[in-house]
Amino acid sequence: MYSQIEANKRNSIILFMLFFILIGVIVYVLNILFFHGYVFVIMAAIIAVIFSSISYYSGDKIVLAMSHAKEANKKDHSYLINAVEGLSIAAGIPRPKVYTIPGMQINAFACGRSPKTASVVVTEGALSKLSRQELEGVIAHELSHIKNYDIRVMVLASVLVGIIVFISEIMIRSFIFGGVKSNENSKGSLNFIFIIIGVVLLILAPIIAQIIKFAISKKREYLADASGALLTRYPKGLADALRKIKNDTSELKIASNSLNHLFISSVFKKKQFLTKMFVSHPPLEDRIKKLEGM
Amino acid sequence: MSPLYIVLIVLGVIILYIIMAYNSLVTLRTRINNAWSQIDVQLKRRYDLIPNLINTVKGYVKHEKEVLTDLTKARSQLMSGSMKEKSKASDQLTSALKSLFAVAENYPQLKANENFKLLQEELSGTESKIAYSRQFYNDSVMSFNIKVQKFPANIIANAFSFKEREFFKTEVKEKENIKVEF
Repeated sequence: MYSQIEANKRNSIILFMLFFILIGVIVYVLNILFFHGYVFVIMAAIIAVIFSSISYYSGDKIVLAMSHAKEANKKDHSYLINAVEGLSIAAGIPRPKVYTIPGMQINAFACGRSPKTASVVVTEGALSKLSRQELEGVIAHELSHIKNYDIRVMVLASVLVGIIVFISEIMIRSFIFGGVKSNENSKGSLNFIFIIIGVVLLILAPIIAQIIKFAISKKREYLADASGALLTRYPKGLADALRKIKNDTSELKIASNSLNHLFISSVFKKKQFLTKMFVSHPPLEDRIKKLEGM
Repeated sequence: MSPLYIVLIVLGVIILYIIMAYNSLVTLRTRINNAWSQIDVQLKRRYDLIPNLINTVKGYVKHEKEVLTDLTKARSQLMSGSMKEKSKASDQLTSALKSLFAVAENYPQLKANENFKLLQEELSGTESKIAYSRQFYNDSVMSFNIKVQKFPANIIANAFSFKEREFFKTEVKEKENIKVEF
């Protein structure tokens, strides 16, 4: 378990560096394309630093705001708060903040950068459709994400990927509409090659970013299932909850696709071509089977 | 490389290992103490809730007054004594509460009382928190005890007199630990 925590902290740093390299490459390509000189590079670097610190320090707040989460109070959700508190004692972490989000789909996620600043978010649907033991299973899964520092990587990935997609979209547009001022009298063909590489990179960047994100997150779900079951000592609770999620057809509107991988199970119920290509969650059947084998 | 250097390097490695093993023993021991205080917090919480519960129930329950006296008695034994005594008193309190809530089933008016409903949720929440804090305590004791017994950390544990700790036993049926494999 502790090696997993180390790995997650390391992955956060790697993710951070990859993000910087990607920004660097994009800036470099832009520089060749538009010849704006060093001022532009410095500005881009400053923007990159600002963006990434914001995503590190307020990523959870951004995610919470984007998903319209409301903090649960003791009066209306005493049972939810009690369940979270009990399980955090079992996990040996401070009680995270508890939020609910509207929507009848059974789903939940956790965010934050460390156990001390973490939040657990549960949909109204999960509260009304799950039994006590099933809900405890789901919460234990989320608390394991918190304890293992999965949330740090996941929230970072969400926000950074969102930014990369945003930047590359701007650039693709400015490339199409802005045209290219190429320096005709020197290295014309070399510039042309760079432009092609640049365009390819700009298109690839979002895809690369997606792959980075999903490469890290599949094993994480299995591990959180297992350590969640260790907390409740009742794997059947989470297995039953996952089965209910599987048969649940309610829709949940989320502000951005980059939030999807935070949830305990994919928000998108219908399998389209794109969601199939970038599945962030292992198949529910496999997870249920693993839990029932414990 | 001269033999002196080799000896020095080996000694350095050993000292480094001793420091690391000692520190991890201290960390594990601190976790146990922290886990124990968590149990205490929850026991205290239940202790504080019970007078409220008795006051609420008193007006409704006519015949089974002895349930209330049992509860009061079990409560008074809770906050003092060693770990064993506490665990025994806590078990008694758990069963006393159980019989009170069973009795409450016969009084529809009591069951409809808002205050009673609130207390029931609070107490069952606290009950499960006690179970979870006991689970965390026992998990912490287990990892400490394993460390204390295993070679070569046991040499350091012996030298600095880290002793194995006792588990928090309970008469209540524990949830069984599960096997997780990958």
